[in-house]
Amino acid sequence: MADTELNINARNCDTPVNEIYLQAKQLDIGYRNEVVVRDISFTLRQGEAIALIGTNGSGKSTLLKTIVGILGSMGGELSVFGMPPGNNHRRIAYLGQFHASGFVLPLRAIDLVAMGRYPLHGLWRRMGEKDDEIVMAAMKTMGIESLANASLRSLSGGQQQRVYLAQVLAHQADLLIMDEPTTGLDAGGRELYLNAINDELCRGASVIMATHDIQEEAALCHQVMLLAHRVVAIGPPHKVMTPEALLETFGVVVAGENRLHVLECKHGHDDNERQGLNRKRQP
Amino acid sequence: MFDIFIAPFTDNGFMVQALLAGTLVSIACAIAGTFVILRGLAFIGDAIGHGVLPGIALAILFGFHGIIGAAVSALFMIGGITLITQRSRLSSDTAIGLLFVGMLSLGVVIVSRSSSFSGDLTRILFGEILGISRIDILIQLGATIIIAAIAIICARPFLLLSFDPEQAEVAGFSVRLFHNIMLFMIAITVVVSFQTVGTLLVFGLLIAPAGAGALLARRIKAMMLWAAIFGIISMYIGLLVSYHFNLAAGASIILVAVSIFFIVFIIQNLRHRRTGNQKDIIHG
Repeated sequence: MADTELNINARNCDTPVNEIYLQAKQLDIGYRNEVVVRDISFTLRQGEAIALIGTNGSGKSTLLKTIVGILGSMGGELSVFGMPPGNNHRRIAYLGQFHASGFVLPLRAIDLVAMGRYPLHGLWRRMGEKDDEIVMAAMKTMGIESLANASLRSLSGGQQQRVYLAQVLAHQADLLIMDEPTTGLDAGGRELYLNAINDELCRGASVIMATHDIQEEAALCHQVMLLAHRVVAIGPPHKVMTPEALLETFGVVVAGENRLHVLECKHGHDDNERQGLNRKRQP
Repeated sequence: MFDIFIAPFTDNGFMVQALLAGTLVSIACAIAGTFVILRGLAFIGDAIGHGVLPGIALAILFGFHGIIGAAVSALFMIGGITLITQRSRLSSDTAIGLLFVGMLSLGVVIVSRSSSFSGDLTRILFGEILGISRIDILIQLGATIIIAAIAIICARPFLLLSFDPEQAEVAGFSVRLFHNIMLFMIAITVVVSFQTVGTLLVFGLLIAPAGAGALLARRIKAMMLWAAIFGIISMYIGLLVSYHFNLAAGASIILVAVSIFFIVFIIQNLRHRRTGNQKDIIHG
């Protein structure tokens, strides 16, 4: 963990922090005419990261899907790069939670990572040498360059997760939006991931992620939003992550040696979240 | 000795036409079937297969080309499936299942007005690959080219859709548009394939070769290539067996295709078990 501490502290790069990438004012989110969380207000600037923390079904994924434009907002204002959501395909990289399992797709790892370049090239434009270099660099960042030509389904769940994260990195987007990005990663994978996010922030990209990890990932972020069907708290991690706020967010918190142990009160994924895309199409 | 493998085709023009049609249809089904499997659209593919029956029945009754009737029915099915998927509060499987059973029975009801009821019905349900005309083959060639063009042009959105429709949407590819293009591609495939093996069995041609390909390939192109090879082999062996033993051609072809799938399935499993055991020994 010492290395991780070092990485977190290394976020002292001089990123120009000025332009507002993401702004929500009294935003209500939900699906199928049912509001999940009301009155969300926050600002995310260039080079900043925000972590959404909460139990399953607390509204984290719903907020991410609203930001990328898959779900419509249900009230209030939301602007992404100064525009309504869904207008910035080239600038946003998104990794959802419920994609097809890598165990069924007849693809090589490198093919899946290369898909991260598609938003920049659309239907027609050919991928060039530069794209190949970026794809390989992303795989190297996640420590999977030797697996490039391996069949995706021959990889373990953790290795597949590294492939998905390499895909996000390969986009070289201005805004990275990730839902539970560290699912299934081992300690080495988590460290590579935290380093990669740190590099992305230093490059001037912004990050918004939903996570259960209140120790490392949250510490890397400039802001933390605690969600429990409402915004429990939002602000810098050291101010927001109080035992009281965490108790309200998660239900049960046990303080141990230099660590907070969170026991979640609710388990199992909400199937409604999985159906998000279809829900938007409801009349 | 080799006569039994070649003579049926050198001696009979209709067998050559059948093999030619079968080859074209195998290529079309390899491309469409690959995406049917990747996107998990097997049930919708099956529904479109059965749903084309009423149009073909009307074509027989009023004397126009079956492919036109099948195309109209297929478009109706796509519309119905799209509507159901968007509006249904039930699982869409239920409503799509009822739609296809409804279309199937409507087709049978229409055919029952025909003077040669059972003969017509058998031809529609089980195909008439030995009665394929040159015009049919030209239509199949055109359709196969269109299907290949769609797969090439839409390769990126189709791949993203197979991985995660939400990611496709965020990447700027309209899920609604490209999903419907994919359904359209499947429908064309069904429409030009039903003559070879019939509406009841066309689903097998769509799924079995591509399924066997999925077990072997680690790239989409390779999966399509395997599927086309397995499809063409099924056509050849199926036609040969039906010729020598006087069996129903369409059903023989599908039986071979499904057998190939299970042979590949079993070989793959045995191989994995063996390599799995070896791993255990190494790690143990």
